[in-house]
Amino acid sequence: MMRFILPLVLFLILSVFLYKGLGRDTREVPSPLIGKAAPEFQLPTLQDPAKQFSPKEMLGKVWLLNVWASWCEACKDEHPVLMEFSMQKMLPIIGVDYKDKRDQGMDTLKNAGNPYDQVISDADGKVGFDYGVYGVPETYVIDKTGIIRFKQIGPITPENLRDKLMPLIAELQAK
Amino acid sequence: MIPELGHFSLIIALFLATTLGVLSILGAQRNSRALMGVARPLAYGMFVFVALAFGVLAHAFLSNDFSVLYVAQHSNSQLPGQYRFAAIWGGHEGSLLLWALLLSVWAASVATFSRHLPEEMVARVLGVMGLIEAGFLLFMLLTSNPFTRLLPAAADGADLNPLLQDPGLVIHPPMLYMGYVGFSVAYAFAISALLGGKLDATWARWSRPWTTVAWVFMTIGIALGSGWAYYELGWGGWWFWDPVENASFMPWLLGTALIHSLAVTEKRGAFKSWTVLLAIGAFSLSLLGTFLVRSGVLTSVHSFASDPRRGIFILGFLVVVVGASLLLFAWRAPKVGLGGKFDMLSRESLLLSNNVLLSVASASVLIGTLYPLFMDALGYGKLSVGAPYFQAVFVPLMVPMVFMMGLGPLARWKKMAAPDLASRVKWGFAGALVVALLLPFTMGKILSLESHKWSFLIALGLLMSFWIIASLVISLKQRLSGEGDFVQKLRRQSPSYYGMQLAHLGVAVFIIGVTMVKGYETERDVRMNVGDTLAAGGYEFRFNGVSQVTGPNYVSGMGSVTVHKDGRLVTELHPEKRVYNVSGMPLTEASIQPGLFRDLYVSLGEPIPESDGAWAVRIYIKPFVDWIWAGCLMMALGGVLAISDRRYRIHQKAVARAGNGTIVGNLQGQTS
Repeated sequence: MMRFILPLVLFLILSVFLYKGLGRDTREVPSPLIGKAAPEFQLPTLQDPAKQFSPKEMLGKVWLLNVWASWCEACKDEHPVLMEFSMQKMLPIIGVDYKDKRDQGMDTLKNAGNPYDQVISDADGKVGFDYGVYGVPETYVIDKTGIIRFKQIGPITPENLRDKLMPLIAELQAK
Repeated sequence: MIPELGHFSLIIALFLATTLGVLSILGAQRNSRALMGVARPLAYGMFVFVALAFGVLAHAFLSNDFSVLYVAQHSNSQLPGQYRFAAIWGGHEGSLLLWALLLSVWAASVATFSRHLPEEMVARVLGVMGLIEAGFLLFMLLTSNPFTRLLPAAADGADLNPLLQDPGLVIHPPMLYMGYVGFSVAYAFAISALLGGKLDATWARWSRPWTTVAWVFMTIGIALGSGWAYYELGWGGWWFWDPVENASFMPWLLGTALIHSLAVTEKRGAFKSWTVLLAIGAFSLSLLGTFLVRSGVLTSVHSFASDPRRGIFILGFLVVVVGASLLLFAWRAPKVGLGGKFDMLSRESLLLSNNVLLSVASASVLIGTLYPLFMDALGYGKLSVGAPYFQAVFVPLMVPMVFMMGLGPLARWKKMAAPDLASRVKWGFAGALVVALLLPFTMGKILSLESHKWSFLIALGLLMSFWIIASLVISLKQRLSGEGDFVQKLRRQSPSYYGMQLAHLGVAVFIIGVTMVKGYETERDVRMNVGDTLAAGGYEFRFNGVSQVTGPNYVSGMGSVTVHKDGRLVTELHPEKRVYNVSGMPLTEASIQPGLFRDLYVSLGEPIPESDGAWAVRIYIKPFVDWIWAGCLMMALGGVLAISDRRYRIHQKAVARAGNGTIVGNLQGQTS
């Protein structure tokens, strides 16, 4: 008798796991870069190609690196969240315009607003490659010593901004 | 107004499906002819209204009605016509409607081709399918209505994901869904048999052709998806063990076990409860796949946008359907009793072992796929397993399976003496072994490759293929040797025998493809200036630069690579880097020159900044890669041949089936 009930029991156990999995945030995937120094680069800013940006400039500050593009649909969902967050002036937000045409990137910021303190133009996806970007948008929290502390894959939502990012940023800034 | 008609049709279809489910199952339990009589008309009605809804959505796409939210999200006025049609199943809501449509097609087919079946069996089968359809229609109406309006209408649509704008993707989802949904027929037959308490060989005979048809569709669907990944993703891979790929692979493995198990149940009356469990399992995994793809519990390149309400609904549906089936199984199966007895070594035991191996393979894919979910729920952090895990479990399971697959068709039913079987196969096996061990020494030279080392895995792969081919030859020889006209004997073999052998040969061809690609592929990622050449695998690739080309809804950087061999021009390849106008999303289009023994594969990486037109170029030579899909096609054709067997002709009288079918089946097993 028992062996005929076994499939049902196994299935019910599986269902419990599936149920627990429903609330799971699959976007939060550990990156091998967490706990390591943010890769170095030197790239022109979006607005002024003559001006260069490098992560070295940010040493001593906790900062956010946000990878976006004008062709990215999910970034449009994220944009208003970033706009609101930037008003709080909690920390510098650096944008990376990833594999994008310069004028299209600028158009997007002109139309939808610019939440970034600086925007870097990464037309060839060089930074994306070094940082292991595999879907735009992605966001990195980098601490005062230039170490990557957190990576968010996919758009930042008001909830995970409030529950994850802001407590982490406050903790890192206090150090 | 028209989209609302579609919405309304879905509501009517839901009403019909629910009525079908309740009335016909009730009718069968109470043996009421009147109630059972409504099953067929209701199944047709359900089909008509779901088809109507599908037609309405198709009309909205073809007429660019951007006041329908789903159309505005997945189409665009620039999108070429055939993709506008395929965009119907380009997102969650529409693909769900396709699911529901195909399920109603299967139900209507069962209603049509079941004239010879007992009335209460038909009523139960259609009733079960009606309940499943009701579940999906309810899901659509409550959480995923494709007809929701967008007011005011969008000026233009957001466009179909460029990855999906491809001929392969036009037919891949319908094929795959035909397979997924088709397993519902075998499932419905199994549930009806459990409900009716009659778990004899007859239900197996009735559900066999349906199961094989579903399996054929699924085989083609998976092969198409894999082929698409090969040429569209630009990495030259053909299987990534992605959760969504696994979602289709698990029911395929169990479905493969099911078609073999059904054969034993039909012919020998054995494995009765096991076969029922496999039928429930194959469809449950189809449903589970739907859950995994649409609930957002796993990350995948294929996932549809997720919404927690949807996940809850499908999970609830899954628990009700699968839980109820397994409960029914636990209640009814113990009364079935054991079927025909068989010895430790017999065709039954070989088939049973392979059934177990296929089920274990399916379970290990399930565990690997859900591993991140388990670990997260148990608090071990976010971990996931990749291709190395799947390869590590899969190869050891497949080796004994292939070995027994060769023996199976040679062994007798019920009892087979080991020395007898061994003496039949020894020369075939020895031949396969010798060739498999020696061939890798010279293969590198034959293919003029740089790497030509002998490796264990290559020899093993070749041994598996040659063993299948050898056993096939032995089996044919047994059947065709002796007195009598050769051609006549060739004709006398049943189509299902040829079908089985063709499908098995397909497995051999598939294994050759996998082994050769894994063992001998050449992959070069290089930076190439205009005019640069690269020598690889006896070919010389010359990069002639990239020029701008305008497509219907994209602009493309089209590269030109000429390939020479021994100074002669072989081909000119045109890999592309497209940027789609509306979404602005970049897409890589590899350019491939296919060949029987190798593919030349070139795709464009990124342009090298501050250079004079230089690009990162990926140049691959993939020996025997097309054999992978040829093997799948042969398996599918084998299935088609098996269905064409006269014993399954639908117009044949039920009496003739019940009588002759079993006898013919038994005789066929006892050749020699």
